[in-house]
This record gives sequence, C-alpha cells and structure tokens, in this order.
Amino acid sequence: MSTTPYKTQIIPKIKRDVYLNLYKKGQRADERDFYSPRKISIQTNVLEKANGSALVKLGNTQVMAGIKIEPGEPFEDMPDEGVLQVHAELVPLASPQFEPGPPDENAIELARVIDRSLRDPKAIDLKSLVIRPGDKVWMLWLDLYILDYDGNLFDASMLAAMAALSTAKMPEYEELETGEVKLTNKVSNIPIKLNKRIVTVTTAKIENYILVDPNLDEEIISDTRSVFSFDENGNIVGVQKTGMGSISQEELDNIVNISSQAAQVYFKLLNDALVSDKKEEGGK
Amino acid sequence: MSSTRKILVPGEKIEGAISASDYYIYDYKNEKRVAIIGVVDFKQEGVSYSPLNGVYVPKEGDIVIGLVSSHGVANWFVDINSPYQAILSVQDFFGTRQNSQLPEDPFKYLQVGEYIKAKIAAFDRIRNPLLTVQDKGLGKIVEGVVVSVHPTRVPRIIGKKGSMIEMLKNETGCEFFVAVNGMINIKCQNEQLENIASNAIKIIETQAHIPGLTERVKKFIEEERKVRGV
Amino acid sequence: MITLTRPQRFIDDEGKRLDGRKPDEARPIKMQVGVLSNADGSALVEYGLTRVLAAVYGPKESQKSMLLPDRATLRVRYHMAPFSTEERKNPAPTRREVELSKVLRESLEPVVMTEYFPRTSIDVFIEVLQSDGGTRTVGATAASLALADAGIPMRALVAGVAIGKVDNVLIVDLNEVEDMYGDADMPVVAAPDIGQITLYQLNGVLSKEEFRNAIDMALKVITKIVDMEKETLRNSYVEVSEE
Repeated sequence: MSTTPYKTQIIPKIKRDVYLNLYKKGQRADERDFYSPRKISIQTNVLEKANGSALVKLGNTQVMAGIKIEPGEPFEDMPDEGVLQVHAELVPLASPQFEPGPPDENAIELARVIDRSLRDPKAIDLKSLVIRPGDKVWMLWLDLYILDYDGNLFDASMLAAMAALSTAKMPEYEELETGEVKLTNKVSNIPIKLNKRIVTVTTAKIENYILVDPNLDEEIISDTRSVFSFDENGNIVGVQKTGMGSISQEELDNIVNISSQAAQVYFKLLNDALVSDKKEEGGK
Repeated sequence: MSSTRKILVPGEKIEGAISASDYYIYDYKNEKRVAIIGVVDFKQEGVSYSPLNGVYVPKEGDIVIGLVSSHGVANWFVDINSPYQAILSVQDFFGTRQNSQLPEDPFKYLQVGEYIKAKIAAFDRIRNPLLTVQDKGLGKIVEGVVVSVHPTRVPRIIGKKGSMIEMLKNETGCEFFVAVNGMINIKCQNEQLENIASNAIKIIETQAHIPGLTERVKKFIEEERKVRGV
Repeated sequence: MITLTRPQRFIDDEGKRLDGRKPDEARPIKMQVGVLSNADGSALVEYGLTRVLAAVYGPKESQKSMLLPDRATLRVRYHMAPFSTEERKNPAPTRREVELSKVLRESLEPVVMTEYFPRTSIDVFIEVLQSDGGTRTVGATAASLALADAGIPMRALVAGVAIGKVDNVLIVDLNEVEDMYGDADMPVVAAPDIGQITLYQLNGVLSKEEFRNAIDMALKVITKIVDMEKETLRNSYVEVSEE
C-alpha cells in the first residue's frame, strides 16, 4: 500500500518564499540557472571485485553503481537473451530519511525506471550475453547504491549505471564436462556490448517554474517531478511522473524541450568522462 | 416547479450567482465548482447547492447521538458517525469539577455499546471533538432504538418546516429525535411500530431527492400498520 | 483461456487494429458505482476485457504513526487478483504492484481535497479482476468514481487511458497483445475539468513529436471517459427515482 509521505523533511516556509523570490528573478539558491545540472564527477572502476563500477557525484548526491555478471538460466520466453536485473538501495547512511529494511516504494520506483529506460531501447545487447542458447546465459546485476542523498537520484543513478556498464568487463570462465559454467575469478578484456548510451533528465515543477536537476530542497518544495530518459538521437526512451502534483499539457510540452536540451549536457559529460577514462587506462 | 434542478459532480462549474456559500463549493480560477456530488437549484432568488453525499463534520453546539466505543483513563470515546471520534470526560458525565466526587467505577455507569445524546462542546480539527451532556435532555439514551442514516439525508427526514418529521410522528405515534450526524432515536409504544418507523426512515434515506416522498412514506406506514395490525 | 502470440501485423490495410478498432478508438467502456455494500464508495470499470474494482474507505481517524496535521493521508493499493493474468499470479505484492500503487496514489493526490479532513486517512483499494492491458489506467478511472461515490471532496474527476505505438502508428487504449508486443506503452491519467495531467509514464521509445501527439490523443479520450463518469454518477442518483 502506498501512503502519503509522513516523514518528509520540513522546509521552513520562509525558505520556500526565499526560493520563489529567487526564481522570480531567474536565479536559484546555488547560483545555477534553471536548466543547468549541478557539478558532476564521474569515476569508473572504483571497485576491484565488481565486473564494472562507477561513483557519480551530482552536487552532493552520490551514487555508486556496481555490476556483477554471473552465469544463470535464461527466462523461458527469452531463451537467447541474457538477464538484466536492476536494484536500488537507499542505504540508511545516505540520509536521515532512509530506514534500514527491504526497498521501499521510492527505491523500487528508481530501480524500475532505470531498468525500463535501459531495457526498452535495448541499450544493452542482451543477445550477446548468451553462453549456450536456452540453457546458460549471463545474469547482469546492476546494483545502484545511494550513498549521499541531496536530491535527483534518477539522473545520478543513470549516469552511474551507464559509466559502470561502459567500463565493465565480462568474466573469464570455463565450461566443465558436466556442462557447468565455472568462473575463473579473472576478468577478461571483453566489454559488455552496448547498443547505445542513455541519460535521464529530471525536472522539478515549482509553481510555474521548471528546474533541471533539483537538489533535495528543491525536490521537497516542488509540486511534481518529471523524469525523461533519452538516447543519443534525442528519442524519448522512458518517462515517469513522480511526486504528488500535476501538470498542464503546455507545461509538459515545455518540459520535453527543456529536458532534451539538458540531456545533451549530460551526454557530453558522460562521454568526456568515459574518453578520459580510456586514456588513463592506455597510459598504465 | 418554477426552478430548474441539476445534479453536479466534482469538478463541474456552477453557473450563476450562488445565494449561499457551501462548505463543498470551491474556487478554481474565479469559478465556483462543486467538490461533492450535489443538487443545484436555479431559482429566481439565486442558485443554491445541497450536497447529496459527504461525511458529518462536527460543529460546536451540534446535538449528536453517539455510540460509546471504548474508554480511556478518564474519558469515553464516542463514535458520532464522523471521521473524528468524540471524547466525553468522566467529569462532564457526572457533572463534577473534582475527581474526588466521582464514583469508584465510573465506567459502570456508561458502558461500551450504549448510546448517548450529547452536545459538541468544542472542535477545532486539531483536537478531537469534545462532548458535553450537561444540558437539558442530554445523557445516556435509555429508551427506544437508534437508527443511523447518511448525514446528508437529515434535512429530508425533517422535511420543509418539519413537515416530514411531523407526518412520521402523526402516522406512527412515535417520538423521534433526529441528530445532525444522522443518528435518530425512535421511541414507540411497541416493537412493531419501531420497525415500521425505522423502515420509513430508510425509505426517506434512499429516496431523499425524489419528489412526492412524503406521500409515499405516509402510504407505506398506513399499509404496514394494516398488515401488522398495529 | 486465451494464449498470446506476436502478430505479424498490428494494423491491416484498411487501418484497422487486430480487434477491429481504429487507431484512436478506445475499447467498449462500462462503469458502475456503488457495487459494494461495506465500502464508503465503490466502482467497477471495464475497458474491453480489462476489469477493475475499486473501493474507498474513509475518511477515518488515522493511525498515529502516519497522521498528518494539516490534511488527510491518502493510502492506495493496486493489486492484481491471482486469476487476473494468463498464468496464475502469486497474490503477494510484486515490485510492479508497489510502483503502480505509488504512481496511482500520486495520480489521485492532486484531485482529492485532503485539506478538508486533517488527521484522517482515506484508503483506496484497486483490485484488478481481469487483466487485458491498461490495468493502471482503468484502475485510475475506477478509483475516481469510487472516491466520488464515497463523498470525498474532489477538485475534479480523473480518468486514465494508455497510448501505444504499433507498426509505427500511435494507438489508443492498448489491449494485452498491443501492450506486450508493441513498441511503446504510455499510460496517462488526467483531470480535464481543471486541465491537469496527474500521471504520465512511458515504457518504450517515442520521438518528441510522437510523445506530444500521444499526450494529445490521450487527453481527447480521457475527456470522453470523464464525461461517462459524470453520467454514471448522476444516474446513480436518478435511478432510485425511477423505482
């Protein structure tokens, strides 16, 4: 059962008024303009034991993505495809609002939106993740770990997911006579085959203002948020409205344009981070 | 009828000037809209709206009938057919100011499952409604039956200038107390009459917005009395 | 039982869909209110074979732990009956149902006037009895009717419909096959009387232009469905008079 949030952090009314006054002047409290994301840092290969990993900082929000690839059985209706599993954990150390326990509706929503935005446009070539068709395939576990929560988990999580996927390496394995697939505990040099890169852009609607990449304060005072995922060709590959408010058709039109422009900013940062990452590797 | 009536549902506009503002009318971009399904009457004097649905919201001074549902250390909790449970203090029930004057086991005198007739002494939505029985005619209900109807049907049960309730009294010989929260205390000479009266109330509840109701109910009571021989 | 397979084509030479509908045509819709005796409000809604029951309880005093001082707490559960799907569904709530409960609650929050009843809770139960695509949008329509039937103050009624894309054509109100094998599924819930969209999601790929057109198509159909809701609610009071 989904319940109106009753533990939400309270934003002092005076702060809300201050924010709205700033918006009236075209400004935001952290001196950004309406359509720019916060400062972004993308680090890849931050964990040795994962097949792929990344740590993304979007302002003060920190998300770690870890990829584990293990042999497993395919789904009956998709015998010639690997299995993608996305999970998100809102770890209690990330915010006083996060409680220990099984994933709540916010964690589940986050994971499912990221999952759909990767799955529907076939961002990952799941057909390449087959060991023996109909019998053994690779299970690709993408775990999103929220380490510090200052708003906009969707965009940070998608950047972390893409960075980790782009740099992950397939495991080395042996096929035993029994047919069992055994990992050698070494990592191959083979990357995961990706068809395209995806970014996600979250906008907050606060009264009649639309802001890209809301921080936590902005999320709390927002009426509603729209999450748009894009591929590099500008197609929309996933949408989610989240939060308690509503929106007019005009506003939604506006949000589509604002989001698709902001997507370009994310793509540039992501691509730059992944290029420089390759250079570093080459220098080793 | 010289007026036209129309049923409006949530979100629909009320055209024309409204003579009296209602709790369930709200402003949207300078238009009056209804929040609950109701009948809008367009008359020469102006437009009126009466909700066909909705819950009972306590008001200070309302006389209600409530069912005692549990008790705390020094009070009873009373179900008054509203989203908010009402509270009756032990001191109020016994009309004393000091605890020392209370009987040893006060909850023996008003038990869970019994009805009371009480006045809303205070209610501000921050605290639960507070009841008092310290007024004439209030207190535990010891006679008759209590039936409950939808609170929006209360005006219909009373009728224009009390016409419906007068008819009920005349035709059944029973006494009726209709509380604003939709709980009705009926006292009759015998059980058969109590049954007829309760059923008549139910007819009014389900057919509240249909013209010619008083006559239909009157006929129902006459026929029932004939059949049952009372 | 109906078994599903991927069709060769979704739209024939005459522009008709598999079930004979035109691209912008919704399935036959039926609705009824007051179908349950215990609930404060209830509704049964069908879009084609998809059948959803909704019930509302409240407002009633809230549990202390989730009490809000200035408004009612809204609680929504979307749940699929075990027999609603092709294969029996385990009745335990899935991750999908957890997410849909959330987005459906958030589609109702903007229209339910919770400020009327501080410290109370309003429960909305949405049970999918039979699933043939679009269950969440049918659920939103049923919930809207059940809330109005319960006498909960609402800014406006909402209704839902899903827009999809098959054979490069945008279509209204997907059935199961179109949802499962089509290229996109975009559920929308809106309140046309106040010009507000309260739920939008997209599963699949659409261009910006297609997305705009899809929203447009959805709003046109939703306006018609809300009109049906209005008539259903009005009739629920008129019917009695004809007895």
